[in-house]
Amino acid sequence: MTITIKYFGLIAEVTKQNEETIDFSGQSATELLEYLFLKYPDLKNKDFQVAQNQELVANDAIITGQELALLPPFAGG
Amino acid sequence: MSDKKIKNVFKQGAISSEFIGESIAKHQTKTSIGAHNIFLGQVRADIMDGKTVSAIEYTAYEDMANAKFHDIREATFEKFELTCMHIYHSLGTVKAGEICLFVFVSSPRRKVVFKALEYIVEEIKAQVPVFGKEIFEDDTHQWKVNN
Repeated sequence: MTITIKYFGLIAEVTKQNEETIDFSGQSATELLEYLFLKYPDLKNKDFQVAQNQELVANDAIITGQELALLPPFAGG
Repeated sequence: MSDKKIKNVFKQGAISSEFIGESIAKHQTKTSIGAHNIFLGQVRADIMDGKTVSAIEYTAYEDMANAKFHDIREATFEKFELTCMHIYHSLGTVKAGEICLFVFVSSPRRKVVFKALEYIVEEIKAQVPVFGKEIFEDDTHQWKVNN
């Protein structure tokens, strides 16, 4: 399945792009993260949360192909 | 969640004192209001390792952030008896000393506006995906984290 992942802030600095589309054959967010850690080793020691369809999800959440995002710590206000 | 239209909370750059003043003036026709309360978030010139923050550059996951602002607004109206509520947050560069967050609540009576305002600001800090790049005077940077 083809999925689009958005990156923000510190995470976008590591991935050097704001979003990308990848061909993903796994099921869970954990598998997606394993793939991303191979591609971007520096991500491993960064603090971030995963959002799917604009809601935060646990690492074992099933990837449905909707909008995914890696969000570093919030700094609003 | 209601089916009310999701508003865009973001404004490009700093929030000016003129804008804040005009927002207050607009409420003079709403004469059931007896109390306003306002929170203004200001960019602080923090000093870290001898370097001073000169500005914060804000970015956001805008769609999710506006949806979260909407949820916070709805939850606040459910919890507190407010006449109205306005939230504005900056995107882009805001210099030290300038305003990056403006929250404005109004009610017939005073006690509720103190509680509502604190609730809203704390929810924004915890729930809304806004990111802040603290830019130092020598053009290096670090990423701000709310605590």
